[in-house]
Amino acid sequence: MEVLSFLADGILVALEPINLLLILIGVTVGLFIGAMPGLGSVNGVAILLPITFLVPPGSAIIFLAAIYYGAMYGGAISSITMGIPGASTAVATTFDGRPLALQGRASLALVTAALASFVGGTVANILFTLFAPLLANMALSFGPPEIFALMLLAFATFVGLGGDDIPKTIFSICLGLVLATVGFDTISGEPRLVLFDIQGFLRGIGFIVLAIGVYGIGEMLWTIEQTRGEVTTTNPKMTAKGMLSDTKEAVRRGWKGTWIGSILGFFVGVLPAAGATPGSLMSYGVAKMVSKNRDEYGKGSPDGVAAPEAANNAASTGSMLPMLTLGIPGSPTTAILLGGMVIWGLTPGPRLFVDESEFVWGLIGSFYISNIAALFINLAFIPLFVWMLRMPFTILAPLIFVLSIVGGFAASRSLHDLWLIVIFGLAAFFLRKFDYPLAPAVLAIVLGPIAEPTMRQSLLLSSGDPMIFFTRPIAGPITVIAIILILLPAIKLLRPKRSKGAA
Amino acid sequence: MRQGEISLAGLLALFSMYLMWKSTELPIGYIRGQGPGGGFWPFWLSVGMLLSCVAIAWNWWRGKSPASVSDEPLMDDFGWRSVILVGGGIVGFVALIAIVSMYGAVGLFLVYYLRFLGRHSWMLTLTMAVTLPFALFFFFEGAMQISMPQGLPFTQPFFDLMYDIIY
Repeated sequence: MEVLSFLADGILVALEPINLLLILIGVTVGLFIGAMPGLGSVNGVAILLPITFLVPPGSAIIFLAAIYYGAMYGGAISSITMGIPGASTAVATTFDGRPLALQGRASLALVTAALASFVGGTVANILFTLFAPLLANMALSFGPPEIFALMLLAFATFVGLGGDDIPKTIFSICLGLVLATVGFDTISGEPRLVLFDIQGFLRGIGFIVLAIGVYGIGEMLWTIEQTRGEVTTTNPKMTAKGMLSDTKEAVRRGWKGTWIGSILGFFVGVLPAAGATPGSLMSYGVAKMVSKNRDEYGKGSPDGVAAPEAANNAASTGSMLPMLTLGIPGSPTTAILLGGMVIWGLTPGPRLFVDESEFVWGLIGSFYISNIAALFINLAFIPLFVWMLRMPFTILAPLIFVLSIVGGFAASRSLHDLWLIVIFGLAAFFLRKFDYPLAPAVLAIVLGPIAEPTMRQSLLLSSGDPMIFFTRPIAGPITVIAIILILLPAIKLLRPKRSKGAA
Repeated sequence: MRQGEISLAGLLALFSMYLMWKSTELPIGYIRGQGPGGGFWPFWLSVGMLLSCVAIAWNWWRGKSPASVSDEPLMDDFGWRSVILVGGGIVGFVALIAIVSMYGAVGLFLVYYLRFLGRHSWMLTLTMAVTLPFALFFFFEGAMQISMPQGLPFTQPFFDLMYDIIY
């Protein structure tokens, strides 16, 4: 009950006029920054950090957290309307969001994303409020073997559950993981895989370069070639009645994915170094696994939009937990928030809840208010986003190409990376023609920088014995499940043969 | 399509072998006291890529993938023309950035796409080709404080004027 009293005080702090105004501005700014390909919450929070010194620390972090929330909602917008994931956390949203938009159901996808994000955020807030110290201890028990096992599970969901050609899926995952190793070896510090000895590769290959190449250029070329340039992206009418019926449909067809995403996303988000991207991917995989209509996934399932969107919002709240309670940032954005807190004279860690009680509970209260504000602001802007889609494709396509190139440069600040975007785009087009799934490569380049160091640290811990992934109490079951999922296609292949043999 | 699939698999197998060779620049085995070498992870993943290519070729030989049993051409004339005109336009767009600045390249690309590929009116084309670069300038340079490439020195007077407006 003490927690509820603290929370009520916190909500009152968040509802103070200055804080409420900052929440509304922060969520709106975050929504548009998140909707821009190449820019995510990390850009918004980093750029606006200096402005926050004009207000008290409590209000400053509330503003930054509101931008974070808004950007998490906004990431889905470019994934659905343009098919370009603005941030890695929204990659899984493109799988079903984009097909829905191409079927003329963009508003259903956007409403589903907004509602799922709201539920994900709310569930995560409640779990955060009730179990913060307990979960912080649980997160500490995740060492390198556990995190690597979790990464393995994320990839396994793709291999085991994907309906795609398995060798091509494995090729795609391995390619993404290899591309993630380009640049420098993080452990020895030596240059590694500097392809064709081009110095630009020393900077590595960022996720956004591959994602914009694959989705912003490759997918667009494929769409133009397949539809012969006559693309119908959305239905021409957007009425209040239509939105209401979309809301009902989103609730009816997206509730399962929303719940899976909310719970799983939060727990994965809590783990240091894991964060919202693996959370959203795993939620998509699990929602597909438990669904009765698996064939709908990838073709425009509302559950397929709801699961990753609920998860990335839940995970963004979850990732605040190790930051506040342990001083460990779970994502680049929380790392900047942590830096801000240190500048304001606050020390994140176990004593923060005791020493700065009003600050912490004001922030937690603001999560609740930001989440409600983000839902309504997002819903209010949906007609604008859908209206954008009503443009003729010969206007929309060059706009998407322009935003891809400009956004790509904004993210990497390198012309070398722009050429890589073009090369990846053209390569993705031809690979797509031959049914190579490219989403696994994009996710692999995101998860690779987490997977490789944890694998190497684990093997160092065990003096090279891979059994470390099987013998530890948390890593073991996760690894076994991952291996079963990887072997699932082979088991499926063997089963009909056996039954034929028996007959 | 059938010939294309095996050719692509062959090309990707060659690329995998190149990555395997490149990975061996760093140790690919276990180093006592240091753990796996820097080349370990990319080397074995490249081996995975190569084995996947072998499996793709095996499926092609057995006719298990849709492309391996298709006699259709990779693309018809319209498809090739679209890819060359649109893809070529994007290559030209990126090439122009170092010459006429990001904003100049955006304007020229929009003129090319809207007028010559989209067959839109000059009115609409010029309106978009002028307003979008300005909007992007104010958003990136003004609001987000991200500097875009400014091209060759002849664009400098324009940037000086614009910076006077935003600062």
